[in-house]
Amino acid sequence: MILTSGLTLFGIGLGAAAILGVASKLLYVKEDPRIGLIEGSLPGANCGGCGFPGCSGAAAAIVAGKAPASVCIVADAETAAVVAAVMGQEVIEREPELALRDCTGGNRASESFNYEGVLDCRAAHLLYGGSKTCPEGCLGLGTCARACPFEAIQMGPDGLPVIDPEQCKACGNCVDACPRGVIAVSGMSARLLHLNQTTDCLAPCRQKCPGQINIPKYIEQIKAGDYDGAVLTIKERNPLLVTCGRVCPRPCETECRRQHVDSPVGINMLKRFVADRELYSGKRLSIPCAKDTGRKVAVIGGGPAGLSCAYFLRRLGHNPTIFEAMPYLGGQVRYGIPEYRLPKADLDWEIQGILDLGVEARVNTKFGVDFTIESLKAEGYETVFIGIGAWQASGMYAEGEDLDGVMGGIEFLTAHAMGKGPDVGKHVIVVGGGNTAIDAARTCIRLGAKVTLMYRRTRAEMPANMEEIIGAEEEGVAFRFLAAPARVVGDESGRATHLEYYEMELGEPDESGRRRPIKKEGSEARMAADLIIPAIGQKPDLTCLYDENSGECPLETTKWQTIVADENTFETIIPGVFTAGDVYTGPDLVISAIGDGRKAARSMHYYMTRGEIPVPETTQKDMIPYSLFKEIDSVERKERAVMPHLCHDDERNCTFSEVEGALTEGEALTEADRCLRCGLVCYDRDMAEDRPAPTTNA
Amino acid sequence: MQEYFLLFMGAMFVNNIVLAQYLGNCPFIGTSKDTGVAIGMGGAVVFVAVMAAGITWLVQAYILAPFGLAYLQTLAFILVIAALVQFVEMFLKKMVPPLYKSLGIFLPLITTNCAVMGIALICQREEFGLLKTVLFAFASGLGFMIALVLLAGIRERLAVRRLPIAMRGTPIGLVMAGLMSLAFFAFKGMI
Repeated sequence: MILTSGLTLFGIGLGAAAILGVASKLLYVKEDPRIGLIEGSLPGANCGGCGFPGCSGAAAAIVAGKAPASVCIVADAETAAVVAAVMGQEVIEREPELALRDCTGGNRASESFNYEGVLDCRAAHLLYGGSKTCPEGCLGLGTCARACPFEAIQMGPDGLPVIDPEQCKACGNCVDACPRGVIAVSGMSARLLHLNQTTDCLAPCRQKCPGQINIPKYIEQIKAGDYDGAVLTIKERNPLLVTCGRVCPRPCETECRRQHVDSPVGINMLKRFVADRELYSGKRLSIPCAKDTGRKVAVIGGGPAGLSCAYFLRRLGHNPTIFEAMPYLGGQVRYGIPEYRLPKADLDWEIQGILDLGVEARVNTKFGVDFTIESLKAEGYETVFIGIGAWQASGMYAEGEDLDGVMGGIEFLTAHAMGKGPDVGKHVIVVGGGNTAIDAARTCIRLGAKVTLMYRRTRAEMPANMEEIIGAEEEGVAFRFLAAPARVVGDESGRATHLEYYEMELGEPDESGRRRPIKKEGSEARMAADLIIPAIGQKPDLTCLYDENSGECPLETTKWQTIVADENTFETIIPGVFTAGDVYTGPDLVISAIGDGRKAARSMHYYMTRGEIPVPETTQKDMIPYSLFKEIDSVERKERAVMPHLCHDDERNCTFSEVEGALTEGEALTEADRCLRCGLVCYDRDMAEDRPAPTTNA
Repeated sequence: MQEYFLLFMGAMFVNNIVLAQYLGNCPFIGTSKDTGVAIGMGGAVVFVAVMAAGITWLVQAYILAPFGLAYLQTLAFILVIAALVQFVEMFLKKMVPPLYKSLGIFLPLITTNCAVMGIALICQREEFGLLKTVLFAFASGLGFMIALVLLAGIRERLAVRRLPIAMRGTPIGLVMAGLMSLAFFAFKGMI
C-alpha cells in the first residue's frame, strides 16, 4: 500500500514535472538579454534597499525604464557606470547621501520603556505613544539598528543610535523603521535647502536664530573636539562665521534654556572660537558644492545678504555673479562696522573663501547706472537677487541739518572705512542710541576727539548691544541722556558750531514697550560741536531702481522705502527677481540678512529647477510655545565664560586694533559643556550633578 | 435548471468560501487594501479555481478512484494544483500576454491557496459531476471575488479615517471581515 501510494504520487509528480518541463521549453518567452547582463553586474546582495524584489527585480526595472541605472544603493559609482553603459545612458555623478539623526536625546533615555516583550520602537510607539514628554524624540529601543542591512547603526552608550558614515549607504531602511521620524536620509543640497519645520527637533536657540544654524549640533561637535565639523555645520547655514562670531547680537542666547539655571551658553563665543581656528590655521576647509548646473544668476549687492545668497547658490551648483557698487565686497559689514570690532583683513579672508568656491564678483559696478534688471536678463542671467541694503541715513528732522559739519552715522563710518573720513575736530556729538551711534562714537574717540552721545531716552532703553555701551563708557564717551536735537546752529560760513537740544522726560510706554520721551518745553540748551553725527536710523536708497526717463519703479515699495516681496519665497512682483536683507526688512541684523539670503537662494534654486517654489505648511516661523520650558531641575551652576579683551583699557582709545579676543580651547570646551543639549521639550539630565544610571536596554 | 441556479447562488452567497467557510483568509486580508488589486486577485482566483476543480475532478475520477487510492486525494491535489498554476502562468505569459499582465502577479500567490484547494475538495465531498464541479468552482470563485472587492472598498474608506493607532490596518480589516461574515449569515435562511 505504501509502495502504491508512493509510486502513484511519484507518478503524478513526474507527470506534472514532465509537462512543466516541456511547457517551459515550448512556452519560453525570450527575455531582454540586458536584464541578465545588468543582473550580473549588480552586487547580488538581494537587500531590497532599492525597493524592488531582489537584484533580478531591480535589473528588470532598470531595463523597463522604471528605475535609474544608479538604483542599487550598495553598488558604487563604477557599477552604476557599467549598468548605464549596458543601457546606453550617460553617467552623471550622484550627490552622496547619508542617514542623519536629528534627536539630541535629552531626558528621553530615562523615560524609555524597559518592558519585557516591547523591545521594539514601533511596538512601544503603538502601545503607549512612547516617551511621555516629546512627540518627536528617539525611543532608544534600537529598531533602526536592527533594520540596517549594512550594520552602519549601533546604539550608543547614551541610548541613541550612532550612524557610521563609512558604512551607511543611505538605503532608508532605518527611516522606514523609525516610528518617530528621528532619522532622515539627506544629501548636502537637501540640507542646504531645508527650512526649519515644526516637526524637526528644534531647540529654542535653533528656532530663534534668524540664520537657522543647527546650534546644538555644532556645540556637540565642539565638545567632541571635532572643530572642523563644527565649522562645516555652521557653514551649512552661515558663510560669514568669522564676522558673526564678532558682531552678532546673539538672538539665540536670549532663548537659551540655561538662563533659567545661571546664564545663557556663550553660543557666539563658541562660533568665534571655531571660526578663528580655521582663520588662523592657515588653510581653508574644503566646502563641497553640488555639480555645476551652468545656470547664471545675478546677485546685486555684495553685502551679507548678497554674499550669503551667492554662496548658497554656488553650493547648489549654480554660477552666481555679484555686482557691487563699492570697490570692495562686504557691504555694511565692511563699511558700517569699525575695524576695532571686525578687522578688515579677517573679513577679506572670509569673503575670499566664498569667491574661491567659484563665485564671480564685479566691483565698482552700479545698479541702475552700469546695468539694469533687463540688461541682466538679456545677458543670460536666469534669476536676479537684489540685496542693496539700507544705505541712506535718516534725518533728524531738525533745522540746519544740511549745514557743513553734520554727517549721517552710516555715511561717516563708510567714509572713514574708505579712508576719506572728515576731520572730527575736538568735540563730536553723536545723536542716537543704536549700534551705529556707538560705532561712530567709539570711532571718533579713536580719532582723538571728545565725544558726547546724545540719546532721547535713558541707558536702559538703548537698543545697542550692552557690551558696546559698556565699551563706549570705558573708552570715555560722555553720555547725554534724555536730550533730543532741536536745531543745528551754524556760523556765517555755513558751518555747524552748536547743537541746540531739548531736555526730555519719559512718559507712557509706546507700542514697542519703551517709555515715550516727551519734550520739556522751554528747556532748550546748546552744546558746542565741530562735528555732529546723527545716527538715528537708516533706510534703503532705491533711486537705482527708478527708470531715468519715465521716473517709474518696476518694483512695489513700502513707505519705509523697502521692496515688497512674498514673505515666504522672497520673490518680488517681477517673476524671477528676488530680494532679501536690509532692502527688504529695513535695517536689521547681519545674521537676518544671511538667513534671508539663504532662503532667497533656496527660492531661486527651486524657481530655476522646478518652476515653482514649495512652501511647506509646517515651516516654523514663530517660537514653538511648548518648547520654551522654564523648569530645569538639578543642573549644576557653572559660570559663563568671559570674552577676553585684547588691548589694555588705557591704550584702547588710540588704536583701531581689535578689542575682543577669542576663547582658549580649554575655555571653549568648558563653555560647550554648559550646553544642556536641549531638544524640542527636553534637556539632558546627564548634565546634572547626580548622573542617573542609563536605563536603556538597547 | 432550478437545481443549478440554487447551487450557483448557494456557493456564491450562502456558503461563501471566505465569509461562511473561512477559507482563504490570508489573501482575503492581504490583498484587500485596494479595489484594483482586489479585482485582479478575485479574477485570478475564479480562473484558477475553475481550472483546478476541473483537473482535480479528472484526476480523482480517472486516476485515484479506479485504483482505490482516494485516500491520496489531498496530497495528489496539492501536487496537481501547484503544477497547474505554474503551467497556467507560463501559458498565459506566452499566449495571452494581456491576461498575464492583469493576473500574472497574483498567480504564484494562489499556488498554495486553501480556498482553491478547498473548492476542489468540497466538490469531491459532495460527489458532484464534472459540470456541477465547474459551476460550483466558478460560483465559489465569484463569491471570493465579491467578498474581497467589498472589503477592499470598505478598507479604502477606512484608510483615510481617524482611527486609534492600535486599530489601524489589519486589526480594523479583521473586524470588518467579521461584520461582513455576520451579514452574509443572513443568506442562510434564503435557501
